[in-house]
Amino acid sequence: MVKVLNKQEQLLSRIATNDGHGENSPYFDGWKAYDTDPFHPINNQAGVIQMGLAENKLCFDLIEKWVMNNPRASICTPEGADDFREIAIFQDYHGLTEFRQAVSRFMEKVRGDKVSFDPDRIVMSGGATGAHESLAFCLANPGDAFLVPTPYYPGFDRDLKWRTGVQLLPVACESANDFRLTREALESAFEEAEVANIRVKGLLLNNPSNPLGTVMDKETLLEAVEFINEKNIHLICDEIYAGTVFTQPGFISIAEIISANPKCNLDLIHIVYSLSKDLGFPGFRVGIIYSYNDGVVSCARKMSSFGLVSTQTQHLIATLLSDEIFVEKFLAESSDRLAKRHEVFTRGLSQVGIGSLKSSAGLYCWMDLRRMLKEATFEGEMELWRMIIHEVKLNVSPGSSFHCSEPGWFRVCFANIDDETVRIALRRIRNFVLQSKAGSGKKLCRRKSNLEVSLSFRRLDEMMMGNMMSPHSPMSSPLVQART
Amino acid sequence: MAIGIDKKSVSLSKVAISDTHGEDSPYFAGWKAYDENPYDETSNPSGVIQMGLAENQVSFDLLEDYLEKHSASSNFGSKSSTFRENALFQDYHGLLSFRKAMASFMEQIRGGRAKFNPERVVITAGATAANELLTFILANPGDALLVPTPYYPGFDRDLRWRTGVKIVLVHCDSSNNFQITQEALEAAYADAESQNIKIRGVLITNPSNPLGATIQRQALEKILDFATEKNIHLVSDEIYSGSSFFSDEFVSIAEILEARNYQEAERVHIVYSLSKDLGLPGFRVGTIYSYNDNVVTTARRMSSFTLISSQTQQLLACMLSDKNFTDNYIETNRKRLRKRYQMIVDGLRKAGINCLDGNAGLFCWMNLSPLLEKPTLECELNLWKKILHEVKLNISPGSSCHCSEPGWFRVCFANMSEQTLQVALQRIHNFMERRNSVS
Repeated sequence: MVKVLNKQEQLLSRIATNDGHGENSPYFDGWKAYDTDPFHPINNQAGVIQMGLAENKLCFDLIEKWVMNNPRASICTPEGADDFREIAIFQDYHGLTEFRQAVSRFMEKVRGDKVSFDPDRIVMSGGATGAHESLAFCLANPGDAFLVPTPYYPGFDRDLKWRTGVQLLPVACESANDFRLTREALESAFEEAEVANIRVKGLLLNNPSNPLGTVMDKETLLEAVEFINEKNIHLICDEIYAGTVFTQPGFISIAEIISANPKCNLDLIHIVYSLSKDLGFPGFRVGIIYSYNDGVVSCARKMSSFGLVSTQTQHLIATLLSDEIFVEKFLAESSDRLAKRHEVFTRGLSQVGIGSLKSSAGLYCWMDLRRMLKEATFEGEMELWRMIIHEVKLNVSPGSSFHCSEPGWFRVCFANIDDETVRIALRRIRNFVLQSKAGSGKKLCRRKSNLEVSLSFRRLDEMMMGNMMSPHSPMSSPLVQART
Repeated sequence: MAIGIDKKSVSLSKVAISDTHGEDSPYFAGWKAYDENPYDETSNPSGVIQMGLAENQVSFDLLEDYLEKHSASSNFGSKSSTFRENALFQDYHGLLSFRKAMASFMEQIRGGRAKFNPERVVITAGATAANELLTFILANPGDALLVPTPYYPGFDRDLRWRTGVKIVLVHCDSSNNFQITQEALEAAYADAESQNIKIRGVLITNPSNPLGATIQRQALEKILDFATEKNIHLVSDEIYSGSSFFSDEFVSIAEILEARNYQEAERVHIVYSLSKDLGLPGFRVGTIYSYNDNVVTTARRMSSFTLISSQTQQLLACMLSDKNFTDNYIETNRKRLRKRYQMIVDGLRKAGINCLDGNAGLFCWMNLSPLLEKPTLECELNLWKKILHEVKLNISPGSSCHCSEPGWFRVCFANMSEQTLQVALQRIHNFMERRNSVS
């Protein structure tokens, strides 16, 4: 029906034709393998298990029960239909009052009621994805930069840089001190920027961390706050995993730090939140910007016109989250189940000599496979990764895709699969490790099979590229889901 | 630990401190007056009547009726597992069932005169996001889009604010009922060229806001030819397509393309939303339909910033794939809007006020230029303030829509009950009588 002409590419903007969307990262290659051969407990037991997606599926039974028992939460039921008209018409970018109140209260509960949030500072956005972009638009001009500790969530590259023209400068964190953020690293990154004539406008922290699963301790948070006050730059705290903390050390929100430190310039502090991880509702696109800066609240609110939360969803969330008894029960149960899942998985790994970074939060763990690298390089990491995908049949995420400065680390998600699948995954890992140990003498064979692996991967690549070129592809794009 | 040595004020971005968000325009000052003193039939019958909001409330009963009959399927279904799937679904392609339903709904609105492929439907949280997104894709900062006047005030923000793209006005006036002419397009283009501004596309709204009229077929052909000749894009915002009073009076750019066998279609992109035709602005349901594969792919990636809630996609997938419901809705909605339009235009005529001949939309384009002392912006704004504060009606002055001729006002009629409309007409009548008796 429509010819695709090459000259058309010249008719699109620079933003449209550059790589800023981030989908060409190898991060997404694992997805292709998964999509062509997805694991299924009955139909495809040898398929690739998806462990590259940080989704929280552990507590849906609780939510579904609540939804069934509370038909008034939906405006499509007889019980809720009276609200339909009002809800459907309401397009005020302040959002429904009850929504802001419920979200604000929920955020307080997640932080153990140690802080209070003002519903009037709650601003909506198109998921945390939209929140980050809007904040970048508010706080920085094209060419300005944010410092981000590595390793970090790959999506930040698209969210903060793509359409805004803002840069992200890595602040290297190392395994030697468990990837903790240090003042030295911050100062060093800041100086480097100065030398390169790049204006740093802020520091972006993700706490609890994706991909590390660790929470920041009080001292580090205070250091960060001191740093940004000194440099007079913004601090964006992405606390999207705040509700996934399952053990000690507990979570300390930036909100707690600033309430205990009145000398901090509040105009610099902004929190990003979302219901995609804690509640497991990524489809509902509930992103939140909470800023202590009135100007930012006002600006972000205007920008929220580009990514408001559907009032139908605001209504559901408001009703759900204002059921405080349910919320308390949910948070406790969710934390419990995550703890168990984490324990089972990390124990399974350590039983075959695979360590992971000690973590107390998140939907994943940060697995240490440095000893299994043929070379301690990123090429070595890629080679190991391809092997894991094609031989072990697990889609895990290589540390390089998170801009990790050291090769050999992998993020493995465990909250998006059921118990049986976890067992199968661990079994496969065990077999792989045992085989590797046994085969360490047979170097020749190994090299040959590596070649085969990379050849077949290339063939897979070509096949995938052929399919992926057209938006008419019958396969739903793996590039899609791989945002987390 | 010493924190916050000296609380210097920290700067926000240029985008943040600019006023391109447009909220300082007088357009919004009328809202304030309404907010402070809103009309209510029983509790505040002398309050300000909101006629500045292009909302469609005339057909809500049809939606409510549908929900009553279909609550099981439009909710999460009787199987609780569909809640889970739905809540997890964040694929930026959007639910296939939703895209199919949207494509089919758009076809129905156009009386089957154009076909839409669900694979080309890109979802966005409202037309606001769709227009901004397209601008990011089609133009670089500093480039411009040609937009015929008068136009929807929100475009100033949607097309320009965060994108850094400019709007170059294509002037239309009452001499030919504000139709877009080739001369006006050429003049605007030349004007931009002389200032070294690169034009990347034309953006038309069809049916037009604020004119309340469809663009004629010949004009559409000329606009498409113009875009082709200049090798630029054509964005057609057809958000009011389901609100044309007679189905066959609305010609979509999709029909023009089909008749031309889709030659040069890669430069054409349609924006649509359910905020007006279905009266669901709160649900944030927008779409971009592009005939350009690269634009579809890129728009889809960008839609990550502004997806439609999967919960809402699910509801609408059910509703819009019900052909009996949509057929009846579209026809009934048209009929009721037609009736409202007739009511307001007749009422205004009796008061001695003329309107542009309209055939679509949720508003009429009222001509109060005979009332102006002088044909100036200042006089228009004075008249507007008078209507706001004395007559207690919030209507939108043409200048907020960048109209080059002073004295025109957009008056919305679909966001209130018939009784309220009558009250508004009575007030206008009284106002005109007072003026005539004085003079």
